[in-house]
Amino acid sequence: MSPLVSIEALSVVFNGVPVLHGVDLSVRKGEAVGLVGESGSGKSVTWLAALGLLPRHARVSGSVRLDGREILGAPAATLDQVRGGRVAMIFQDPASALNPVLTIRRQLCEALALHRDLSGDALKAEARRLLDLVGIPDAARRLSAYPHEFSGGQVQRIMIAMALAGNPDLLIADEPTTALDATIQAQILELLSSVRRELGMAMVLISHDLGVVAENCDRVAVMYAGRIVEQAPAVALFDDPWHPYAQGLIGALPPLDGPRRRLAAIPGTVPDPSKMPAGCGFAPRCALAVEQCGISAPSLAPLGDARTVACVRAEASRRALLGIAAE
Amino acid sequence: MSAPLVEVAAISRTYTMRSGMFGRSSAVHALDGVSLSIRKGETLGLVGESGSGKSTTGRIVLGLEPPDAGEVRFGGKSMAAPGTPEWRVQRARMQMIFQDPLGALDRRLPVADQIREPLDVHGLGTGAEREARVQELLRSVELNPQHGRRYPGALSGGQRQRIVLARALATKPDFLVCDEPVSALDVSIQAQVVNLLADLQAELALTMLFISHDLRVVRQISNVVAVMYLGRIVETGCADDLFARPEHPYTQALVSASPAPGRRSAGRIVLSGDPPNPAARPSGCAFHPRCPRAISRCATELPALSSIASDRQVACHLVSGSQAQSQDAA
Repeated sequence: MSPLVSIEALSVVFNGVPVLHGVDLSVRKGEAVGLVGESGSGKSVTWLAALGLLPRHARVSGSVRLDGREILGAPAATLDQVRGGRVAMIFQDPASALNPVLTIRRQLCEALALHRDLSGDALKAEARRLLDLVGIPDAARRLSAYPHEFSGGQVQRIMIAMALAGNPDLLIADEPTTALDATIQAQILELLSSVRRELGMAMVLISHDLGVVAENCDRVAVMYAGRIVEQAPAVALFDDPWHPYAQGLIGALPPLDGPRRRLAAIPGTVPDPSKMPAGCGFAPRCALAVEQCGISAPSLAPLGDARTVACVRAEASRRALLGIAAE
Repeated sequence: MSAPLVEVAAISRTYTMRSGMFGRSSAVHALDGVSLSIRKGETLGLVGESGSGKSTTGRIVLGLEPPDAGEVRFGGKSMAAPGTPEWRVQRARMQMIFQDPLGALDRRLPVADQIREPLDVHGLGTGAEREARVQELLRSVELNPQHGRRYPGALSGGQRQRIVLARALATKPDFLVCDEPVSALDVSIQAQVVNLLADLQAELALTMLFISHDLRVVRQISNVVAVMYLGRIVETGCADDLFARPEHPYTQALVSASPAPGRRSAGRIVLSGDPPNPAARPSGCAFHPRCPRAISRCATELPALSSIASDRQVACHLVSGSQAQSQDAA
C-alpha cells in the first residue's frame, strides 16, 4: 500500500545552523504514528517544514509527498488546500490558537467555509455536529460562547472540532495534552482515538511523553538532535528498544509499580545544534560509543521486523540490555 | 521511627476572587482542613491536579502566607510570626525550589554569587569559608567551578535547577519544599535531577515536601504520598503501596490515567466531567460529580479521612468500612 504521506531526506537549516538532518518518515492511511524525543529534537520542525509553515528564513530541502504528489515548495494555492483540508494540525496551547473576541460559532464556521462547500443553515448545522462529535455538552447553546468560557480540556476539544472541519486524512497532534491535567489528558486521548476510529483518519502524535505515545500509536519514531534514531511498531519499541538513546529514554522513566530502582539517567545534555558533534549526535552521551561513531552519522538501517535503527552499535546495545528489564 | 519534623494541623485557606471590576466577590476554598506530618529524614509526596491546593499547602508550610485556620509546627514549635528574629532562625532551616529555575535566578549575576547569597544574608562563616562552601555546594550538585562563573542564560535547564538546589542547600536546611522541581525538564535530564535529589536527601538526612502532578516522579522520591482533590487530602499511604493498590476512586482514576509504555489503554478509567473548580466546590464529597461509584450519600455528606490499614487513610464513604476509626483532625 502506498503511503499517505512520505517524507524523504527532509532537512532544515535556520540561519546557517542545520536543525534537521535528513528525516525519512512515512504515514499510511489510517495509521497512528508517534514521534517522541526531547525538546529540540526536531519533532515539531519536521511537520512544520513538511507543511510549509516555517518562517521564510528557514532553508528546507528534501521531499514531502502527499498521495504521491510533491507538496514541499508547492504554490500557496496548493498548500492552502492541503493545510486544514487534507492535513490538519492541533497544538499544545489551544487557547492561543483561538481568537478570544469571536464566538466559537464564528471560528468553526470560518474553518468550514474555507474547506467545505457549505453555507447558511447547513454550515451552522455542521458546526453543531462537530461540537457534538468532540463531546461538548449542549452544543447548540455553547456555539455562541467565547473561548474563555470553556475549560482547557474543552478548548482542546474545540480545536479538534476545527481540525476536523476539513475532513482531513491526517491529523498532526503536536503535544495535544501536555498542558492538561492527567484526568483531562485521558479524556482528550480517548476522544482522539474514537474520532480516528470513526473517521478512519491517520494521526501523527508528537509528544515528549513515552507513555502517551506508546498507548495511542501503532508505530513510533524516536528523534534525537534532528534525526530519527529508531523506528518500530509501538509494542516492539517499548518492550525491546535497540538504539542506546531509545533505551536511555525508557530507562529514565520512573516506574509506577514494582520495585523502585535508581533511574538510569543519560549523562550530559542534548548537543547545541550549532555545535553538533561530527558523526552520531548521541555519541558523546553514549556508553557504547566506539571510534566509528565520532566519524560518520549512521543512517537508518532495517533490523528485525519492521524496525529501522540508526546505530552501528545496535546489536551490541541490544545484547547489553538483555538481562536488564526493558520497562 | 523518628518524630515528625513538620506538622500541619487542619490548615485552611480561602481566597476571595472577584469576577470583573464590578463583579461580586466569591470565596475560593483553596485548602480545607489539611493535616500532614512529615517525619525527620523522610519525603512526603503531594500529588493532585491544578487547583487541588498542593502549592498553597507548600507556601503555607514555608510560612510564605498564613493559614486562615490551623497551624504549622516545625521541630515541635509553632511557626513564629513572619519578620521576627525567631522566624528568621526557623526560616534558615527550611528552603524551597520551584518549577522555573530561570525565574528563580538573577540573569545578571554569575551563579556562584547567587549560591553564596544565602550565606551572606544569614551571616554564616567568614569570606573564605563562604567561598569554600560555594565550591563544595557546586560539587555536591555535580557541577564544576567553571559552571559557577557562568550566568544563568549560559546554562541548560537541568544545570540551572542544580544551581537552585545548591543555593537552597547553602544554609544546611533541615527541610526542603520542592514544588514541581523537574516538571519543566526533559525525561533524561529529569532522571539526573531526581537521582541527585534522592542522593542528597539520603546524604544530608533532609526532610522534604515534594509537590508534583507526576505520579511516577513522586513515587520515585517519596516515602509517603498524599493525594489532594479540591483542597482536601483524599488518600495517604506509603509510596510503594498507594499507587499499586489505590483505594480512593480519584486515586484510582489518577493512576489509571497515567500512561505507561508497554501497557495498552485497556480498562482505563476515563473520568467524565470538567476539571474541578475551587470556586464552585460541589457539596458533600467534592469528587462525587465525577466519581463513577458515587452514591446519594456522597452528594450530601463530606467523608472524613479515616484509617483503613496501618499506613493508609482514605476519605471515601465507599472505602472506609464500619470499623474504621475517624482520624479527621476537625
